[in-house]
Amino acid sequence: MTAPATPTVTALRTMTMVAAINDALALALERDPDVHIFGEDVGIMGGVFRATDGLQARFGTDRVFDTPLAEAGIVGMGIGMGLAGLKPVAEIQFAGFLYPALDQILSHLGRYRHRTRSRYHLPMVVRAPYGGGVHTPEQHADSPEAILAHTPGVKVVIPSTPRDAKGLLLAAIEDPDPVFFFEAIKLYRSVKEEVPEGHYTIPLGQARVVTEGDDVTVICYGGMVEVAQKAADAARAHGIGVEVIDLRTLVPLDTGTILTSVQKTGRVIVVTEAPRTGGFHSEISATIAEEAIDFLRAPIVRVTGFDAPYPPFTSIEDAYRPNPVRVAKAIRKVMAY
Amino acid sequence: MTDDMVQLLTPSGEVTDAARLPDPDTQRHLYRLMRRARHFDERAWVLYRTGRMGVFPPYGGMEASQVGTAAALTHEDWLFPTYRDTGAALTYGLPIPQTIAYWRTSPHGWAMPENLKVLPFYIPIATQYPHAVGAALAEARRGTSNVAMAFIGDGGSSEGDFHEALNFAGALNAPCVFILQNNGWAISVPTRAQTKATNLSRRADGYGIPGVRVDGNDVLATYVVTREAVERARRGEGPTLIETVTYRVKPHTVADDPSRYRTADDTAGWDEKDPVVRLRTHLLAQGHLTEEQDAEIVREIEAEFEAALAEADAYPEPTPAEIVNHVFAEPTPALRRQRAELLAEEGQ
Ligand SMILES: Cc1ncc(C[n+]2csc(CCOP(=O)(O)OP(=O)(O)O)c2C)c(N)n1
Repeated sequence: MTAPATPTVTALRTMTMVAAINDALALALERDPDVHIFGEDVGIMGGVFRATDGLQARFGTDRVFDTPLAEAGIVGMGIGMGLAGLKPVAEIQFAGFLYPALDQILSHLGRYRHRTRSRYHLPMVVRAPYGGGVHTPEQHADSPEAILAHTPGVKVVIPSTPRDAKGLLLAAIEDPDPVFFFEAIKLYRSVKEEVPEGHYTIPLGQARVVTEGDDVTVICYGGMVEVAQKAADAARAHGIGVEVIDLRTLVPLDTGTILTSVQKTGRVIVVTEAPRTGGFHSEISATIAEEAIDFLRAPIVRVTGFDAPYPPFTSIEDAYRPNPVRVAKAIRKVMAY
Repeated sequence: MTDDMVQLLTPSGEVTDAARLPDPDTQRHLYRLMRRARHFDERAWVLYRTGRMGVFPPYGGMEASQVGTAAALTHEDWLFPTYRDTGAALTYGLPIPQTIAYWRTSPHGWAMPENLKVLPFYIPIATQYPHAVGAALAEARRGTSNVAMAFIGDGGSSEGDFHEALNFAGALNAPCVFILQNNGWAISVPTRAQTKATNLSRRADGYGIPGVRVDGNDVLATYVVTREAVERARRGEGPTLIETVTYRVKPHTVADDPSRYRTADDTAGWDEKDPVVRLRTHLLAQGHLTEEQDAEIVREIEAEFEAALAEADAYPEPTPAEIVNHVFAEPTPALRRQRAELLAEEGQ
């Protein structure tokens, strides 16, 4: 697979991730009159993180609008819009508030294509800020991606850089099926990079090799990529080659890139900030065990959050979220096995 | 059901319905509770600015809506407050040191006192409304006359849980008092953009339960109306929805900037409706309160708060292992391993 040609890319502009997301949304609204953006506080306020800043002023209150405060209503209404031919792009204010909408997601969003034998399909995108690291109140830092990845019929995308965020979001909006797009709150403004102006897409289902290395493969996504990178840099100083893989999409999963790397290194660490039991990291571990067990030189190590609600206790929050020290420890462990 | 709003005291402190007024002692009591709630709100802002409090959703200006309602409960009754309802929780009896600890994001603020039936402030919107129905039903099934009171905002009343709870409570005749604080905003969304309904108390009609609309800045009115609803529930006559019409003069949280979504015009006039000033004017005019007594009340409240702050300051900081405590009665093997990992990290 290669990325499609991107003829409208003209120049590069340095942007934060939230700016890149805003840019993608503006482009989508501009290119396709079917695209509609809605959610809580996305209108005049431009979203609590300003991801939709200025869009209502530019595209009007029919295309970008505030809904009543009801997540089941937001997703459910989006489903109807999608059935009737629009391209709904909904925002759930925080991924931890996706739960009231789970009935609509589990019962309907992922099933329409299947239960109508493709007579109907849902080209809907649900964006949600997720994850910790910025000391938010209770339930504002959840990482529920595994719940969605476990829901048949929906795709799950989690970018880790501004450039990826823009290209993946445009691909998600253009995708014929429902896509969950999780945005790491920690990364919204903390990273900046050059992002192509104009329209381009990054295909769903292609992982990115962030850094190459021969000794250990660290698999991660979203907010954990920079954590893994830091640990990889430190390991490299000690002569250990760490290959960091940013999955970018959990569904569809790029098993090719994962397995190629595992065959090279034989040592695997999987990093997420979600709770440990039953997380998506376990799916990755199982896939490697099934497809590449003969290449493994050490047991797979998971570096994750804990089997407890994400703590809102500011002074100890940082102990929940995996950090470079924890990843470095895992690297030492697989190297020493 | 009419669109009329119950009001006993006008914004300038004049009595409009003398027959329904609570006695002077009760009035003074409500005044004291409102001053106390306001003091917490004001101090919380200052503590936030100096880094001694976490993000805090202020309720200043909404004291009558929270105090008059919660004051109608006893400790045998249940309280289900949202993040906005610190004033209601304090009125019900949540100790100030713990309340400070909660907003400091310390686990000491999460441990609810054994002698109270209050739950920690709910962060997800509307989710606790059905809980209140269940708690009320449990009291009824046990044969007590205890009630459950739950709070919600105008925005929250759009959630499905709100409607399911009202319907359940009506169908099962649960002794519930539902307080819907209509403070004009759900973060940036004004009530008129939230719903086409202009009288939220009438939502009760759809569920066959009484709905009452009350001036949410008139504590005597909120108290009287809530007392009546509580008494009805205690008599086994079922739930009531009370809409308190008030205003969020302050930002959504101490970290929010409302200038993005509302103008000074939007807020104009609401300061004049200040619930604390309104009752004070009335009490002084009636001779139920003297300036000296008022000053004494303020001194007592300040001293109480400073002592509580010192107590909260003395709570020890949590250690990381706290993260995995209290997940199950008996930790799973996985949690035990994870606890050991955290302890090992602490030891490093
Ligand atoms: C289920 C859920 N969705 C979204 C949020 C984010 N959020 C926090 S407060 C708020 C607005 C609430 O408005 P309202 O119910 O009117 O109460 P108020 O804050 O005005 O007291 C929103 C959308 C949340 N906490 N829970």
